[in-house]
Amino acid sequence: MRRISSLQVARLAVILLVLAAFIRALVVGPVAVPVVIALLGAMVYLPMRLRRSFAEASDAASPGAVGISRRDAMKRLGLGGAAAVVPLAGLPAIASGSPPTQGEAPAVGPSGRIRQWGMLIDLRKCDGCQSQGTPPQCTLACIEGHLAPEPMEWIEVFEAEMSGGGTQFLPTPCQQCQNPPCVNVCPVTATFSSPEGVVLIDQDRCIGCRMCMAACPYDRRFFNWGEPAVPPEALLADYSFDHQVGAPKGTVLKCDFCPDMARAGSLPMCVQACPNDAIYYGDLEEDIATNGSAVVTFSDFMADNNSYRLKEELGTQPRVHYIPGHGEDVGRDRHTEGRLPTKWPWLERVKGAVTWSR
Amino acid sequence: MEPMTDEWEDRLEERVLAPTRASGRLWAIWVASLALIIIWGFVAYVYQWREGLYVTDMRDRISWGIYIAAFIFFTGISMAGTVISAILRVSNASWRTPIVRIAEAITAVGLVCGGLFIIVDMGHPERLYHFWINGNWQSPLMWDMMAITTYLTASVMYLYVPMIPDLAMFRDRLGDKVSWLQSWLYRTMAIGWNNNESQRKSLHRTVGILMVVIIPVAAVVHTVVSWIFAMTTRASWDSTIFGLFFVAGAIFSGVATLIIVLAVLRRVYHLEEYITLTHFKYLAYIMASMALVMIYSNVTEYLVPGYKMSEHEEFAFRQLFVEEFAKLYWFYVLGGLILPILIVSYKKTRTVGAFVVAAVFVNIGMFIERYLIVVAGMRIPLLSYEPSNYSPTWVEWSVVASGIAGFMMLLTLFAKFFPILAVWEMKEERAEETPSEPVVDPVDEPEPELEVAR
Repeated sequence: MRRISSLQVARLAVILLVLAAFIRALVVGPVAVPVVIALLGAMVYLPMRLRRSFAEASDAASPGAVGISRRDAMKRLGLGGAAAVVPLAGLPAIASGSPPTQGEAPAVGPSGRIRQWGMLIDLRKCDGCQSQGTPPQCTLACIEGHLAPEPMEWIEVFEAEMSGGGTQFLPTPCQQCQNPPCVNVCPVTATFSSPEGVVLIDQDRCIGCRMCMAACPYDRRFFNWGEPAVPPEALLADYSFDHQVGAPKGTVLKCDFCPDMARAGSLPMCVQACPNDAIYYGDLEEDIATNGSAVVTFSDFMADNNSYRLKEELGTQPRVHYIPGHGEDVGRDRHTEGRLPTKWPWLERVKGAVTWSR
Repeated sequence: MEPMTDEWEDRLEERVLAPTRASGRLWAIWVASLALIIIWGFVAYVYQWREGLYVTDMRDRISWGIYIAAFIFFTGISMAGTVISAILRVSNASWRTPIVRIAEAITAVGLVCGGLFIIVDMGHPERLYHFWINGNWQSPLMWDMMAITTYLTASVMYLYVPMIPDLAMFRDRLGDKVSWLQSWLYRTMAIGWNNNESQRKSLHRTVGILMVVIIPVAAVVHTVVSWIFAMTTRASWDSTIFGLFFVAGAIFSGVATLIIVLAVLRRVYHLEEYITLTHFKYLAYIMASMALVMIYSNVTEYLVPGYKMSEHEEFAFRQLFVEEFAKLYWFYVLGGLILPILIVSYKKTRTVGAFVVAAVFVNIGMFIERYLIVVAGMRIPLLSYEPSNYSPTWVEWSVVASGIAGFMMLLTLFAKFFPILAVWEMKEERAEETPSEPVVDPVDEPEPELEVAR
């Protein structure tokens, strides 16, 4: 009988330990853990195997030795060669796809179905706050409500040339696409569509690769390039996916569509702040929307006013609709150009904070 | 096969062993300066890590910059090993034998350097583990991660496995003449190779499998890298030719890099007998024909959308051909594409020096091309805003310089400690062709039987 060396015992113990970890992870842990263990095991095992088959092959070649056949050694080596082409990363996405979850349940309408938040911006009423003599109020309210660091305008008022001359103002929040390019490309499912149809970001998971920024066709994503300039109260705010505050360095931020406020029965900051009541917000499922002073039937109001969506041809299916216009309903002359630049209201900044331009 | 020892073989082994001996002052200065650049880049990265990506010039509207360009560039030059080694091995082109090892080393080293640039570009690299626990199959970046790590293991194995017999030669010849660590390294890595019939057959078989597998893997890698861009809706990225274009570009810059590295190593380690002008010529021919493929791809890429000339495409062409990026773009076209073709076309310029000049231009041109894909593509405004601008900061330049230095350093160390020629393959080939006479130009000889097919 062969004597068992201490090395063999140690090896056996290691194998048993790995096996135990493997089984335990298989039963309780996330799926990825056993996969990683198996791959690490394979990476250790294969070179050992390769080495052994060489040793055995050389035994077999020497006369009189009883070793494995040459064919056997070849097979093993060939197998080793093929198995060497494994992803070092393992097969991560086996455990894929689950978006982050948190406590608050989605809002449910009278029909018993989950509410589907949507927005309608009446450009006939938007004059870029020229009549107010201020920067766009929606942008300011959003910045103050979310403590968004400079230079992030989550709802940004662009000024676009019209085909017949003159300009129009285009308040542009995140378009909340139902076929969102940003969600598709996120490698770690840090940005995701909520059951209410809102695209959200988990700041604790975002790796800062900025793939979503490359994919977004609306320029509606913002990166925290440095320690952001936000007021001290940002540190006290409760962070949730539904309420993006606290702006951590190195992650992507954007308009969160204020679903937490909608659930609690109030309108998003931008809607509340608009002096011309140009922004409607509501539930596409119950087919009702309001700008704070009037309530409309969402679908009829859109149809009656020939609403459109930005870059419809891309197939992103935004949840933000527009009624064409250039502020004519609030008396704006289309040749009066320019909106005042947005200013960030807080002067005091956290230590080491920086600002940048877009 | 009888173990043959003759003067030719001794000389070959001696040449390959030479780098492991004392290296002289120049080598030390070279390594020290590379180390300094690497350390400087590391310092710059630590600074970036502490301050955030604010210290780069990337901003929301041009949110990727020279790091991503460097990532594409390095994964591109890693194509060298696959083309030269695997494709030529499969097609049984015997002239490749003396240069395969160096090509394979470039592949592995290029991938390591390229992969690091993805990490460098990330806002939260410490969260990389989410790839494992929350990975998203849909994401092109996930495909990239899978493809590149697969390619990395495959190319490291493809570098290592055919090196085993030569490592055994190092083990036998250097065993007690080098430090215990080095000697241990050779002993371990040679995994008991003693050059018997059975081991050789096993080796041929393994190499045969690896080389067949690695070609599609390489094609997938370079295609998937292009898909990071092509899977978005941005004008000038939204193109079906991108995959092919990136594979062609990868072969192009890979071969150019190989020409440069071969020329340097040949000069430094006196490999003129084995790496001849013929090798450079053949590589330059590959390079020139890839330049033609690149020109073809460029014409297709621009002419098809350019004929329709949508608003965004017009902006893209304007900034590329006449405005912001015109100088860079035309340098790439003239220096990176036309020049190598001219150099290869004239008999007078078919010299090693001229090929190296062409290869340097190709590499600079290809880096610019990668840079333009990233930066010019992102500069096209998506909505009514003024286009922003980007010029890399000292931090970005330092990190990129450090990446290039790292590439050179890894290759330098590889050449110092590992066999840079595939000695056993060269021996076998010589034994099969004309056992009595030295090989003058292997290409003119009748094709030997394919080793691996047996």
